[in-house]
Amino acid sequence: MTTFPAAEWISTMMFLLALAAAGSGALIAALSTRVIRSVCGLAICCLGLSGLYWFLHSPFLAMMEILIYVGAVCVTIVFAIMLAEPDEPAQEEPRKSALIWTGVSLTVALALFCGLAHLGVRGNWQEAQARTTDGSIREIGISLLTTYSAAFEMISLVLLIAILGALVIARGGREHS
Amino acid sequence: MTPLLFNRLEVYLVAAAFILAVGVYGLVRRRTLIGMLISGELIFSAASLNFMALNRFTVQDPTVGQIFVLFIMGLAAAEVAIALSIIIAIYRNYRSVKTHDLAELNG
Repeated sequence: MTTFPAAEWISTMMFLLALAAAGSGALIAALSTRVIRSVCGLAICCLGLSGLYWFLHSPFLAMMEILIYVGAVCVTIVFAIMLAEPDEPAQEEPRKSALIWTGVSLTVALALFCGLAHLGVRGNWQEAQARTTDGSIREIGISLLTTYSAAFEMISLVLLIAILGALVIARGGREHS
Repeated sequence: MTPLLFNRLEVYLVAAAFILAVGVYGLVRRRTLIGMLISGELIFSAASLNFMALNRFTVQDPTVGQIFVLFIMGLAAAEVAIALSIIIAIYRNYRSVKTHDLAELNG
């Protein structure tokens, strides 16, 4: 069997690129002061995540991640940014309490990261012995229409109600202003 | 021979933990509602990545996790639609989406 030269090296580089995009996008999303930049960070993070899903043998979810998160969620948030003016206010709280709060939240985040990373690395994960399906798009479609058909219908109902509720909430009070 | 970097479960789990930690930090430190919403989306993504990683490496039927993550994405989209309309309604009433100004119930 002939393989493409340096195929492993190339895929490792692509994986590192996706990983870096996910991590740096998350950092931009959480840390930048202008909200439009943090939306861009969320989009970068989702692009990286879709790359990771690709490496996890799930091209279907990689496509869905781009379609739903980058295409729908980020664009909707940009709409809301245009309607409201959500830039982070300049430092309003006193310096000392801001420092304390930053310290507390940094500690919580670091503890979460260290604990979960420790659990993930040290965990006694058992490799799956024999796979019953191959997890392809065909298998996903079959299970969506057989085993999970009730959940599939329910989520369409949830989305419909969410759209109606969003319309009602956003319209209310328009006449007065 | 050790498996390649992208065939190891721990790498994905550590990445998911990192995204979760960044999301929690943003949720606490952000001072506008939209910023908090974005951080919440990061937490959703971290959970999805965790599901997908365990689904790829330790589960016998790999379709289950993919369908679960698909439902998480659908619920996240519904949540964003509702949350943004609430934010717009708040902006109409208060002319602001800073969490500091929304203190009417503060005793």
